Formats: sequence, C-alpha cells, structure tokens
Amino acid sequence: MAEFTMPSLGADMDAGTLVEWLVAPGDTVERGQIVAVVETQKGAIDVEIFEAGVILELLTQVGERVPVGTTLALVRGVGETDDMLREAWAERRSAAPKREPRARANISPRARKLAAEFGLDPAAIAQLRGSGADGAITGEDIHAAALRRAQPAPPKPAPAGMREAIGAAMARSKREIPHYYLAHAVDLEPAMTWLEARNAERSITERLLPITLLIRAVARALVDHPEFSGTWREGDGFVPSDGVHVGLAVALRGGGLVNPAIRDADRGPLDALNQTVLELGRRARTGSLRASELDAATITVTSLGELGVDAVFGVIVPPQVAIVGFGAIRRRAWVVGETVLPRRVIELTLSADHRVSDGHAGARLLARVDALLQTPGSL
Amino acid sequence: MDIRACVLACLAEVAPEAEAEFDTLEGDADLREQLDLDSMDFLNVLIAIARETGVEVPERDYALVRSLDALVAYVEQCRAALSSVEQRRGERRD
Repeated sequence: MAEFTMPSLGADMDAGTLVEWLVAPGDTVERGQIVAVVETQKGAIDVEIFEAGVILELLTQVGERVPVGTTLALVRGVGETDDMLREAWAERRSAAPKREPRARANISPRARKLAAEFGLDPAAIAQLRGSGADGAITGEDIHAAALRRAQPAPPKPAPAGMREAIGAAMARSKREIPHYYLAHAVDLEPAMTWLEARNAERSITERLLPITLLIRAVARALVDHPEFSGTWREGDGFVPSDGVHVGLAVALRGGGLVNPAIRDADRGPLDALNQTVLELGRRARTGSLRASELDAATITVTSLGELGVDAVFGVIVPPQVAIVGFGAIRRRAWVVGETVLPRRVIELTLSADHRVSDGHAGARLLARVDALLQTPGSL
Repeated sequence: MDIRACVLACLAEVAPEAEAEFDTLEGDADLREQLDLDSMDFLNVLIAIARETGVEVPERDYALVRSLDALVAYVEQCRAALSSVEQRRGERRD
C-alpha cells in the first residue's frame, strides 16, 4: 500500500491546503497523473501521483491545511494482493493507533446514522473535530461536513503569501550566497536571421521563440560547465545535478513569480523544447503548474527584455547556485571586422555563487553560450 | 463569423484573468502592453486565432497587428482574400 503525501515545493514551504480532489476512492491512477490541487505560497498547484494503482481512501478533506509529508490518500499498488493489503492495513493501524479508534468511539449514534445517509466516508469523519461533549462528533458536525462537501471547489485563490515566500527565499539568498555578477553582450544577428528564415517556412504551431534558442544555448553550455547547475546546501556543499533542468522565471499576472523546470533542456529536438516553453507559459498564466515542475530546477533563466530592460542581474534561487539573465534584443551599432553594422544584440548576464565557482569559470560559461548562439543550426 | 468576438475569445483563453479588462481595452492602443502579454502568450494567442479562423499571422507582419483593432482588421482582410481566391477557383471550374 502506498501513501500519497503533501509534497514539498521548495525549501520555504512547510504546509499546503487541499483545494480539490480530482480522484475518488476506487479510481485507477497512473504514474504522473494529476490527482489533486493544492494551494501553496506559490499559488494553486496541480499535484501528480508517482505510484500507479487504485485509490483506496482519501484522508484529507478539501479545505484542510496540512504539513508537508502528511498522507493525503492511500493507494493500492499495482499487483498488490488482498493479503498484502490486509497486512499493510494492519501495520498502518498499529503504527497509528490513535486516529481510528478515537474517531469510532467519539461519534453519537445519530451522527453515525446521518453520516451513512450523506454517504460520508469514515476517513472524512475521522478528520472531523467534534463539537459535542469530550469532542464527540454530533449530528450538527455531520450536517456541516456534508454541506462543505456539497459546495463546489472554490475558484483558485490568489497566491496569498507568495510575496512573503519570495521575500524569505530572496533574503536568504542575499544573506547566505556570496553572489558575483558578469555581463556579456552577444551578437544575436546570426541566431535571429536563422530563426526568422526557419519560421517563415513553417506553420504557426511550429514557430520557434527566441527564448527557446537562448534556453537551449545556456543548457548546452552548462553540460561543459557543471559547476553552475546543481544545489548548495549547508553541510553537503555543492552537489552537481544529474541533468540540466532549467527553471524559467515566469511572472504571474496577479503578482509574484514561479520558475517551473524544463527537464533536460540540453537534449531532444529544439521543437520539443519550444513546445515545452509555450506550454509552461500557458499553464503559468492560467494557474495550472504541476508540483513536480516547481522544485526540479537546477539553474534559473530569467528574461526581462520584452519590457525593454537592457540587462538583468538576478538573485540566485536557493538552493541553486546560478541564475542567467537576458535583456532586450536591441539593434545596436556593432563592429564587425573593420565596419560598424546595425546588429541585433542581447545582454547576457550571470549571477553565480562564489562558494562554488569563480568569475573566471563564469566568464567561460558566458563565452560558451555566445559561441553556441553564433551557430544556431547546431542547437 | 464575428472576428472581433473570436479574437477576444482567443485572448481570454490565453489570459483568463485579463477578461475583466476587455471592456476598457483601447482598440487602437498596444494590445500586448495593455494585457501584459509576453512573447509566449502572444504566440499562444496567434495559434488559437489560426485554429479558429484559419488565418496565420507571419512573424514579418507582427508590426501590423499591434492593437486589437489592427489584429481584427488583419484577420478579416485575410479571410476576405482567402474566400475571394476560393470563389475565383470555383468559377474557373464552372
């Protein structure tokens, strides 16, 4: 028997509120299926399950706020026999003896009858806080619970507390991470010319965004410079990541920002990466990001150029060790050989953790990104 | 087909929270600026418009569709051109 638990979506999250169940007991679930919506400081997040099987019981009610790690639902694993299940149940009971007997003992006969009429499941009843003598669950409590259940799930609320969460993470970053900053202007004319020619020949659904090319170049450069992709934690020091998972900083229109991860951004067809970028942009805007996307990034890329910013010197998102920034793509007077030519130029920046790397290594990383962008066809 | 309503529906699909601002949208002002659409949002809007109307706005014409009025006019003109081409083809067959 597997447990589906409240996930942690970053070091700054300690609890979450269940907003909606997308499954019911008896439903078959697949690995990676979205089964619940949880409200966190990062907004409403779709949470996937990582165990295939059948939902046995939902332990947390809609509206309940529970700490990270709390079991939200029990799942019967694929191939689990009745005997194995009974054993797992028995083990679970003996491990947590308090919850069920107390709930059973502390409910009035009338309330029990009402609960059966309303079809409330025992787990939901066990979660109720009784208002009767000695905390006994009364008929009124059951009525109230049934009423709560009958109400439609509330609309995804504004990300309350997101400002605080960002503040806490950024304050920690500035307090603990010795940042150093580099800037490097890149001639983007070859990349933009290549992109435009390619897009002119293809349908709109295959149109490549400049940001896709920039993310790919950064991801490819990181393969040769692993000291910028990973985590730094007190005690462990720097641990390089298994793959290059680029977090793309996306501003939420209600305020705040998220950096959902693009896994293995250095690999696969450029078109697939472009689709992922478009999809992330769409879901970030409509508020349907997934839990697994929010704590997977091993480096962040931020682009503020569209608003006319020349360069962005980012604050590293702990426990990451670097953030790459892109400013506006501008036509500038650029010296090519002995001539000054109008070229589209972008300001590429790096903020990196001095505990892990030095400016020399950072300069090499940026030079590599620049070189890769000069041969866009190879990306 | 009411192209304006169709374009607004595509905008609402990509930026649902901006729907409340549609009433106060200035038809001749920069659309992306007013609704805070980034390049990802804007491409998603154009993909939705292409799906609904069959009109694809090429990158070189981005400068022609900066405002809501301009975007609607562009899609209407393309559809009119497309249908007249089809009509002529039909006549030739007759």
